[in-house]
Amino acid sequence: MAERESPEAAPAARSDRSRWNWLLLIPIVLPVLTPIYNHPSPRLFGFPAFYWLQLSFLLVGVATTVLVYRMTRR
Amino acid sequence: MSDHITEIVIFTFLFLLVSGIGFFAARWRAPQDMAHLDEWGLGGRSFGGWITWFLVGGDLYTAYTFVAVPALMFGAGAAGFFAVPYTIIIYPMFFLILIRLWSVSHRHGFVTPADFVRTRFGSPTLALLIAITGIVATMPYIALQLVGIESVLKTMGVTGDSLVARHLPIIIAFAILAAYTYQSGLRAPALIAFVKDTLIYIVILVTILYLPFKLGGWGHIFAAADAKFKATPAPGDGILLNGNNQLQYVTLALGSALALFLYPHSITGVLASKNRNVIKRNMSALPAYSLLLGLIALLGFMAIAAGVKPLPGNKPGSLDSNTVVPLLFDHKFPSWFAGIAFAAIGIGALVPAAIMSIAAANLFTRNIYKEYFKRDATNADEARVSKIASLVVKLGAVAFIVFLDPQFSIDLQLIGGVIILQTAPSVALGLYTRWMHRGGLIAGWAAGMALAFWMLWKIPNAATGRAHFGGSAFPLKNFGFDTPKTVYVGFVAVAVNLIVAVVATFILRATKTPEGVDGTTADDYFADEGDPRVGHTRTIVETVSST
Repeated sequence: MAERESPEAAPAARSDRSRWNWLLLIPIVLPVLTPIYNHPSPRLFGFPAFYWLQLSFLLVGVATTVLVYRMTRR
Repeated sequence: MSDHITEIVIFTFLFLLVSGIGFFAARWRAPQDMAHLDEWGLGGRSFGGWITWFLVGGDLYTAYTFVAVPALMFGAGAAGFFAVPYTIIIYPMFFLILIRLWSVSHRHGFVTPADFVRTRFGSPTLALLIAITGIVATMPYIALQLVGIESVLKTMGVTGDSLVARHLPIIIAFAILAAYTYQSGLRAPALIAFVKDTLIYIVILVTILYLPFKLGGWGHIFAAADAKFKATPAPGDGILLNGNNQLQYVTLALGSALALFLYPHSITGVLASKNRNVIKRNMSALPAYSLLLGLIALLGFMAIAAGVKPLPGNKPGSLDSNTVVPLLFDHKFPSWFAGIAFAAIGIGALVPAAIMSIAAANLFTRNIYKEYFKRDATNADEARVSKIASLVVKLGAVAFIVFLDPQFSIDLQLIGGVIILQTAPSVALGLYTRWMHRGGLIAGWAAGMALAFWMLWKIPNAATGRAHFGGSAFPLKNFGFDTPKTVYVGFVAVAVNLIVAVVATFILRATKTPEGVDGTTADDYFADEGDPRVGHTRTIVETVSST
């Protein structure tokens, strides 16, 4: 039968459940929202917003994975 | 050919250098006993942060990607930039999901994703389907790496008239690659990746700093691209997305991200790392490659601004847009630097090709040979069979390119991305829950595959005048919706796959069909380096009941 990972089934030392993990949804959802970035302006160094905004989402991805890693390290 | 002599000399020198490194790799971090799949196929499962960064980076960002993504930007504009959101989305997904696969594989000694599925769901049949899907999806991907090398060779003028003369350089290149992969296993691409990625980073940094300056600035580059797309009659191109291709852009990015980590070669790269923290830290470090890919994508626009005209394709009247990036280097840089850039692309093809062939060979060995031909295969048997299988896989890839139209490989790779997605419910969801019935997963897989093939069959390509397999953007009007919007085939197919799997699970459970035994326990999914149980029970799980 279904064997769901519950806090009771797995001792505390053997779980990677954490509320911090929800942060990882940000870099998954952000690049999917085309209305946010599908614009020509504002420009940055000559890049239309479409390009520099998506490249800047990379930094969001890095920041969230670093944060979640640090906060969930044991 | 004579005006390319400097490029050819540098290309050949660097190629021979990495070949030497490939053979030497067998002695690098050498184990006591190489006759074990953990050693040959996973580099001893011992790679630390740096090696993993180079290996997985060199593995995921293939030469074909570096050539095809800018080619897509050159041809279609913004739609080609999906590679950036795609390679952003993938890392948080790896962070959450693949880490569990690493743990359970570490605990049980799994080498392939199909090993996991077999033990988790107690079903060799499901594991066989996963293994075959993986092998079929990987083969054309290897062939495409050859397309990457060929685009460079073509630009250097290394071509011939006869079938053999035209393909001789890549046959030789692949023979050398096959030899050192056979000898050194995963250690060869791991070591070569250091050279490859260093070259790629240097080339792209120089290009990004130098070319915009030479071409009149980024503003001018985007303006040139905009002018080109406005002048074409095609409605889908432009430097921004339009109302009709946004759904395709997003579903393609999401679907490709999900597909990428289901590909056997990505899983091989991840399983080779030594502990969970190495993987987690790499999820923050690997996006450096995504930045690189984003910049490489923009080379497509630079090629437009520089007025590059692609070389003719294999068929009369056609153009090979994959040559735009090599041509850009050829036109705008001194020949010695172009030679380094070409070597970076050429070597960039070898690393993923080696890892992919190892991954496909491991699938064959573990889930077909051992399961159906020799149940009592020893570790040495497994390593031997895998080495031979890796040769066969590479031979097949070369045959693809030599005897078939390269377009066929491109079509197959497109299909490959869609079909590998059909393993998501078993592999990705399976890491979180065993709620689904093995029979339900098989039914879902079959439904997803059938739908995927039907949808791909229905997609024409106006540009090449083909009626079928013309792309992955499925017009929603074929489903009866009154809209010109398109959607990524894989996304729809995997959604249907999942629905069928859930419905079939309810039915099978209602009819009390046996579910098989789950050979894993909840805390296997958090196991880390130094787990005391590793090594004691590794082989016991292999004998769990069959379907």
